[in-house]
Amino acid sequence: MINSEYFFRGFKSIKGLDSPAFALGASFVAIGALLKNLGFSIQESIFSTFLTYALPGSLVMAESLLVGASLVNIFLAVWLVNARLYPMTVSLMPLLMDKSQPRWKYYISCHFIAVSAWLIMKSKHQSINRKYRIDFWIGIGTATWSVAIVSTVIGYLASDYLNKDMMIGLAIVNPVYFMCMLVGAMKTIEVSLSVILGTILGPLFYFLSPEWSILYGGFTAGTIAYFIGELRDN
Amino acid sequence: MTINIILAIFVTSLATYLSRFLGVISSEKIKENSKIFRWFNCLAYSTLASLIARIVIFPAGVLSEIDYLIRFIVIGISLLIYYFTKRNLVYPTVFSAIILSILSTYY
Repeated sequence: MINSEYFFRGFKSIKGLDSPAFALGASFVAIGALLKNLGFSIQESIFSTFLTYALPGSLVMAESLLVGASLVNIFLAVWLVNARLYPMTVSLMPLLMDKSQPRWKYYISCHFIAVSAWLIMKSKHQSINRKYRIDFWIGIGTATWSVAIVSTVIGYLASDYLNKDMMIGLAIVNPVYFMCMLVGAMKTIEVSLSVILGTILGPLFYFLSPEWSILYGGFTAGTIAYFIGELRDN
Repeated sequence: MTINIILAIFVTSLATYLSRFLGVISSEKIKENSKIFRWFNCLAYSTLASLIARIVIFPAGVLSEIDYLIRFIVIGISLLIYYFTKRNLVYPTVFSAIILSILSTYY
């Protein structure tokens, strides 16, 4: 069903010097502590990371609960902040598709699409036999997802011992990790331009619309980068 | 409150899975060497970059209490460490947490 050799090769991606475990762990420790302070039980906190596994979405949920937003508002706010997962999925799954593999693997394992696992798979897919890429991906996903769940528990239990300065320290780890990974991925002109323009336009669009800034900024930056890449090729 | 929390978790996970699910449906018809795939590849990287830039420049939560300049300095030094350690990701991330905790204690 799942090729265990490739699964474990993927799983082992969280070891080593390019491991996302520390960055991922730090941010979910912070989420665990935050959920505890919001009045979540430990089961609810685990459940939240287990089912959602997307950091900005969990943060938005926490903020919305704090101000007493309705369920419809929570749905819209989370959908908006996590809509980036759509282009991420579309730019990853075609690399993993193989006719001999059953469809359910794709529909279940898409739950693992989050920045850390996605960036690893994008940088390693070429070295993996196409037929087993999906199994390798399930391995990475299971590993990063487990780190997130365990870290949520640690954060929940440790929340009383985490002072504000430590929480601030934890909060910077994730953006630093993603920034390094994105800079590391800048190997083609299209990707480099996408990253640079996205970094500039995202915050600029914030002045127009804070909620939509990521999507507007990302869409504009990515589209410009694509056309410049096309022009260069022709 | 407890029922609300459970419902909120379900709603959050549903809203999150929706984008992933629709992404797989679209992927069924997209070839990896097609133009549309290249366009989505650009969109994915640019949207991520926008998200991260926004987290650093307009943060929510505790990070907003840190001065802009300090945030930029920490990110800048971390990127330098990343290059000088031959693209090691553990050093810059661990370093960033420690230096920011120290800076936020003294400033």
